[in-house]
Amino acid sequence: MNAGTKFAIGAALIVGSVGYLMASGVKETGQYFLTPTELSQKVAVDPSFYDVGMKVGARVVPGSVTRDIATQTLRFQVTDGSAHYPVVYRGLPPDTFTDSVEVVVEGRLQKDGVIYATTVLAKCGSRYEAVPKA
Amino acid sequence: MTVLGSLCLWLALLVGVWGAWAGVVGGLKGRRDLQRSAQHAVFAMCAALLVAVFSLEWALFKHDFNVEYVAAYTSQNLPIFYLWSALYAGQKGSLLFWATVLSVFGSLALLFTAPRHRELLPYVAGVVCAVTAFFVSVMLFGQANPFQRLPFTPLDGNGLNPQLQNPGMVFHPPMLYLGYISITIPFAFAIAALLSKKLDADWLVAIRKWTLLSWLFLSIGICLGMWWAYVELGWGGYWAWDPVENASLLPWLTMTAFLHSVMIQEKRGMLKKWNLALIIGSWLLSIFGTFITRSGVISSVHSFTQSNVGYFFLFFLIAAGVASFALYATRLPLLAAEAKLESMVSREASFLFNNLLFIGIAFSVLWGTLFPILSELVQGTKVTVGPPFFNQVNIPLGLALLALTGIGPLVAWRRASIPNLQRQFVVPAAAGTFTLLILLVGGMRDFYALMAIGLGALVAATVVQEFARGARARRRQYREGYALALGRLLAGNRRRYGGYIVHTGILILFIAFAGMAFKTETEATLKPGESASLRSPYGWTYSFTHLGISQYDALNRQVTAATLEVSRNGKKIGILTTEKRQHVDGFGRPTFQPSTEVGIMSDLREDLYGVLAGVVGGTEQAVFRFTINPLVWWVWYGGMVVALGGLIVMWPGGTVAVKRAQAGYTVRLVEDAKA
Repeated sequence: MNAGTKFAIGAALIVGSVGYLMASGVKETGQYFLTPTELSQKVAVDPSFYDVGMKVGARVVPGSVTRDIATQTLRFQVTDGSAHYPVVYRGLPPDTFTDSVEVVVEGRLQKDGVIYATTVLAKCGSRYEAVPKA
Repeated sequence: MTVLGSLCLWLALLVGVWGAWAGVVGGLKGRRDLQRSAQHAVFAMCAALLVAVFSLEWALFKHDFNVEYVAAYTSQNLPIFYLWSALYAGQKGSLLFWATVLSVFGSLALLFTAPRHRELLPYVAGVVCAVTAFFVSVMLFGQANPFQRLPFTPLDGNGLNPQLQNPGMVFHPPMLYLGYISITIPFAFAIAALLSKKLDADWLVAIRKWTLLSWLFLSIGICLGMWWAYVELGWGGYWAWDPVENASLLPWLTMTAFLHSVMIQEKRGMLKKWNLALIIGSWLLSIFGTFITRSGVISSVHSFTQSNVGYFFLFFLIAAGVASFALYATRLPLLAAEAKLESMVSREASFLFNNLLFIGIAFSVLWGTLFPILSELVQGTKVTVGPPFFNQVNIPLGLALLALTGIGPLVAWRRASIPNLQRQFVVPAAAGTFTLLILLVGGMRDFYALMAIGLGALVAATVVQEFARGARARRRQYREGYALALGRLLAGNRRRYGGYIVHTGILILFIAFAGMAFKTETEATLKPGESASLRSPYGWTYSFTHLGISQYDALNRQVTAATLEVSRNGKKIGILTTEKRQHVDGFGRPTFQPSTEVGIMSDLREDLYGVLAGVVGGTEQAVFRFTINPLVWWVWYGGMVVALGGLIVMWPGGTVAVKRAQAGYTVRLVEDAKA
């Protein structure tokens, strides 16, 4: 067997393992990224979608945020205009989290219709730009 | 001044379009007048853009809030140190910054390229003009003119985002930009080589310094970015696999692959097609990085506002990609390899595997970054992959690369013999195994961390052995002392030994990354006098005692600071302060959301990282998050060593003969020509 063939085998091995790692990575760690409307449709069609890890991208409903600093619990509602869901998050929200900010909530929707979040990311619509003057 | 600025932009656009045409046509038709004109166009464009930058800085320093850009990113009370950096704080300014730096780099490339590469220069000028003209046209036609005026004059500006008011952030974006931008020069040379059909290794010699320069800027930029994220964002880490971070990593990976594979072309005349593809690919990735940052197409905490600027970039990316690879395809017959791989156990083979791994990592990072878009196109629902995906894929691949870092330099070129392997591998293999055993006996059980540190020891032993052998040989031959022999060894072949220093930095980084496997974290709500405790991976117990809250006004912010007393195993070791800052404008009105100032206590073993998350209204009771991050300082040290090694490789000096001798292949070509 010449060196070229041997190298081709080695290369195929590397390419194969990269492919395998990527495929299994996506399978094991991929999460749906849904809007509240998509989530409600998904749950309506497929009830087994409760208690599945996913992400929801939406806007915080102004005035819906309540913080209990003593227990570090944050409650708020998210909406995309049509569907909305209440969210419960235990932990520290990022600095950029405020009323009406765009958020990505990572967590599970439970049968009680509440999303229990494990992570809340606030996407300040324009991170490097100032808050729009009201 | 804004009229002057806009005028300069238009001038740069016209000159750039002319230069692009004149350079390419002049080169192809051999018209000397057009060729000269194209090169002059680069200088003219550079002058015009420098004047434009000066006008914008003038407006910034004069607080001319009638200019929209000035009002959007600065305020009366912004410290001067940050005032000039507002040039690249926003999208419009950074486009100007980008175009200007590219024209400066283009001018330098034209001025400092050796006369023997003169034939390539008209094309280089043409490509630089075309790319710069594109950036200028985005400003002029994409509603991104930084000199835009407002219909009214605000009394004060919005101010700079507090998270950008950090020394790391003053230097991080320009460093990264310099890295992105300087890739255009090697790309321009690659296109020049393709157009002129001068495809021997000579153009590689012409761009060596440029590829290293952009690699160095990218490396420093990425490290500064990690540092900024760590001290400023307050989530307790330095790398989150955010799309924008990934975008900066992608060209770094392909450039690193190129820096290795180019050696095979120089020494053996192989991999010509691959190297050209790597340069073109790296450049496309640098534009892709800009596109990701500017377009908001992938939701990222870094992204600027969604804007139509993204479409310009997407169009440019596709057009430039298609054009470059079409040109590349027509030249493939000229790029045949001059040698074959002779053995699997050879330096060539280890470089080839190294390249495959780099490209594999780059591909998986690109795939993961684009996955939300791809899955939406294919399935109709967005599926995202996060840090677990990137870690799961890239930790094994990265460790394989680390292993090659230790093995590659030990294997001979062409074909390694068994005695050669025995002689080379005994010490490094023993060092790696020994380290692994010590760690196992010491109780470490994390597989990846064990591998990282064990392989790190292997790489370290390889580097030490290479230096020791070289120095010993010099000592015998020239009767030099050890220190002198080491110094001269390094000076005599900076490329090789500087490269080993870079490897040392990389192994330090890997070990530091492994440290994060042992990070611990806790959250606590404390009244003054109360304390929280956290056990460190070294077995110590730290306790953090809340001493109280103080509030005061500083230059442009209201500060709420919490002071904590830190003790290790009951013994007081210091004070940690963490703050919440509310930035205000000149009239005391709040601007931006409050930001957090992290309190960090570092030593070489671990960082104590405290964040004030909030204060219970009206009391001194406060919520904290404490994190212990092992080995973080080694990330910064590793980065410095990498940069140092890069600088050593790049340092000017050495005669042309030495440079050619280092590029053995070029010499062989010359000899062949004589024979």
